[in-house]
Amino acid sequence: MWRRIYAIFKARNREFMRDRASLSWNLILPVALVFGLSFAFDGQRDEYTVGVLQDAAEVDTAEHPFLDTKYVRFVAYDDLDEAMRKVERHQLDLLIDFGPPTRYWVNPTAPKGYFIEFALLQSSSGDSDLVTREQIAGEPVRYADWVLPGILGMNMMFSCMFGVGYVVVRYRKNGFLKRLRATPLTSLEFITAQVASRMVLIMIITAFVYTGTHLLLDTRMEGSYLTLFAVGIVGAISMVSLGLIVSARVMSEELAGGLLNMINWPMMLLSGVWFSLEGTGETVQLISKLFPLTHVLDSARAVILDGATFGDVAPSLAALTLLSAVFLGIGAAIFRWERF
Amino acid sequence: MTDTPTMALEARHLVKQYPGVLAVDGVSFAVPEGTCFGLLGPNGAGKTTTVEIIEGVTRPTSGDVYYYGEIAGARFREETGVQFQSTALQDFITVRETLEMFHALYERQADLDHVIEQCSLGDLLDRDNRKLSGGQRQRLLLAVALVNRPKLVFLDEPTTGLDPQARRNFWALVQSIREEGATIVLTTHYMDEAHVLCDEIAIMDEGKIVTQGSPEALLHDRYGDKLINLPHGEIRRPNLEDLFLDLTGHSLRA
Repeated sequence: MWRRIYAIFKARNREFMRDRASLSWNLILPVALVFGLSFAFDGQRDEYTVGVLQDAAEVDTAEHPFLDTKYVRFVAYDDLDEAMRKVERHQLDLLIDFGPPTRYWVNPTAPKGYFIEFALLQSSSGDSDLVTREQIAGEPVRYADWVLPGILGMNMMFSCMFGVGYVVVRYRKNGFLKRLRATPLTSLEFITAQVASRMVLIMIITAFVYTGTHLLLDTRMEGSYLTLFAVGIVGAISMVSLGLIVSARVMSEELAGGLLNMINWPMMLLSGVWFSLEGTGETVQLISKLFPLTHVLDSARAVILDGATFGDVAPSLAALTLLSAVFLGIGAAIFRWERF
Repeated sequence: MTDTPTMALEARHLVKQYPGVLAVDGVSFAVPEGTCFGLLGPNGAGKTTTVEIIEGVTRPTSGDVYYYGEIAGARFREETGVQFQSTALQDFITVRETLEMFHALYERQADLDHVIEQCSLGDLLDRDNRKLSGGQRQRLLLAVALVNRPKLVFLDEPTTGLDPQARRNFWALVQSIREEGATIVLTTHYMDEAHVLCDEIAIMDEGKIVTQGSPEALLHDRYGDKLINLPHGEIRRPNLEDLFLDLTGHSLRA
């Protein structure tokens, strides 16, 4: 069994690595995106963002007119430590707890924190005694720091989904799968080899892109590389498995492309690749949890930006493992070798 | 009293119904061990569907396939070799790597060097699959079918599209496989090919076998009273194939 899996695994790796055009594209695209986006968006967050340590909707705006301030996005938090970390990283301009007594946290090195503090004090009738000020110091998280896991995750998603989904459909269409069907190779062995091959290739590419970007842009890394590696592997398996479902029966590359895009685009938009989903509606957040990419990005950002440990990201890894098992089970059950 | 020959393969009442088309309509036949069985017929007769049902790559609507008296299963896959009518191989992979990959899929393994020599692939081992000519490609596909020392080999229209020289050499190759003891099931629409290679043939049309027997017996049954037997070495007019082979030679080109 393992010899057969290894034979298919090795042949697929060779096929991919020797396709220079495809390999170059897998390497160049994510690097170019990180550079382009960090150049275009670093420091370009126009809106002010204020964390509220209880649901803003439940706070009486008559009593707290600060909540009516224009051009400010209020995001509810129930975890003080997490919200304070965001202030430290300049991801929140200010954090407020209406108490009583009302307290707020601001980072004195954050320019936007300085201005929003003025707005808060102004809305408190200028009486600074009504509120308690606390300071949090910390270097900002640049957009490049934040978006790097997103780009790597997105590249992983496209590579896993198309790299398996599209290739298996091509194999089926040109009769290569039919030829394999006439050998002792089982569908489980074939699928395992495809998942393993793509997982190894995408991890090598992701590690290469991450290292290059990290060295060139001096991006932040607060956690352990081993934990990040575990997130990458579990995430890659889940996305390859999702790609296998699409390719399990489809005959046409055009249809496979359409189906893969139908999954990839909502996943990309609702998983927080480009911008944080904080402050979005409950439904959106609930849907986003169904996508493996959301769990990959949440975990990777927690490790990279907040120094999360393996234990901290274990729930997300468990969710990814569960999604992989479901996807693989469906994929293996509906897989067809032949064209008709 | 004569010994009953061992049947390497038996197809029993195979039926394949596609929407609106009955592609295979109750086909049954048996192939004795060590013989070459030809399935002939015009395009669309159901030859390829019949063979693909037997090979296990197409599910029949009904019917059974027996391999050495057992329902064809894991042992069948391990001990048979298949050359499909058209099979794409992986891009960017060489002839040697292709052979090694398929070789590794079997417990029962042939000596790869012998297969390479038998199929005259020695000079092509490092060539990318995409850069093979039609004849070279067919030889590689046949070699792939032989990597497990098959007891039963399926050849589905193996010489379609080949030039006369390559066809003749392919025939010689098939003869050599047979001499090594393999049973062969060949589908073709070239009657000369079937005549040269097959011990027994079945002619299919519209999904059914319309006649079956040895080529000589079938000819005799149909044209017995109209045939004139000539000494071996036949008398006939030269044709364009003779001219082609005289000018270009009979030996295989890499």
